[in-house]
Amino acid sequence: MTPPVDGPTLHLVGPVVLAAALAGIGVYGLLARRNAVLVLIGAELLLNAAGVLLVAGSALPAGGLAALRSTSQSTPVESADPLLAGQSLTIFVITIAAAEIGVALAVVLLLFRARRTSDLTAVRELGEASPTYTETPQTAQTPQTAQTPQTAQTPQTPDRVAP
Amino acid sequence: MSGLEVVFGAFAVLAVASGLLAVTSPRVVHCALWLVVSLGSIAGVYLVLGAEVVALVQLLVYVGAVVVLVLFALMLTRAPIAASRDLDAGPGQRAAAAVAAVAVAGVVGGTLMVVAGDTVIGVDSGRGDPRSVGAALFGGWLLPFELLSVLLLAALVAAIAISRGDDDVPAAPEDQP
Repeated sequence: MTPPVDGPTLHLVGPVVLAAALAGIGVYGLLARRNAVLVLIGAELLLNAAGVLLVAGSALPAGGLAALRSTSQSTPVESADPLLAGQSLTIFVITIAAAEIGVALAVVLLLFRARRTSDLTAVRELGEASPTYTETPQTAQTPQTAQTPQTAQTPQTPDRVAP
Repeated sequence: MSGLEVVFGAFAVLAVASGLLAVTSPRVVHCALWLVVSLGSIAGVYLVLGAEVVALVQLLVYVGAVVVLVLFALMLTRAPIAASRDLDAGPGQRAAAAVAAVAVAGVVGGTLMVVAGDTVIGVDSGRGDPRSVGAALFGGWLLPFELLSVLLLAALVAAIAISRGDDDVPAAPEDQP
């Protein structure tokens, strides 16, 4: 299936293999890392795999693969998609990735300030299961009401600071 | 094998190799810097595919902004500069992650190979120049584009609101023994 265009051509196997490899690497980074910031690096690689596929698909004629198949039998109608869907969507993906990583890193910073760690395996308990959970954090941290939560959480906190 | 395919292959190999190093390196700063190499070579891939504007946006936003954000987060969370084994999960979880990664790559690559494996695409850069991309973005994609700017604003405000914290809550660790 060769599109009726002159000029430089490229086989679609290359972008497909690159996107698959990047997606695999991203999944490995998401699952095998413990540091929260490094988990986000894996997510970035996953998003870039999608971007590579979108940009490669943008080089197809309007209608995508289906149009390519039909033109191989019938008359060659070749026209680029004026909307440039692949490239526009890649720019959108990059923008959303920038927004996502901003919020995600803010959450990681908040986690570090609250627990003194960015190790995701050290924060197994969130919410009520956590030993530092309080219904009202504003009043619980004041000295006169904080005896019971403070004594409960003091032994846990320093050993996470230690390394 | 045309010259374009050789250049594409070089960028692709560079992107995959540096991506692998970014997710396996035991030093956090090296991870972020290998991510720069990987994202930069993906920008090169975009350039080979004829998408000049997307390549420039990739360089500006990813290499310029996202990696700087990651480096700042690494510094602010006082990540260890030296090589550390605490960054990775245990060997069992790493093996499971590797299996999952190979499975995802196999499913994605195999499916797309069956669907589009024998397709040849034309990569004329006339389709990715600023004029046509601008006409597409500010023509047919105008409403999603404007919605995206609202999303960016919301993300910005959310990031500030989250990281500023609540002044009533003493989150500082210094007052705890």
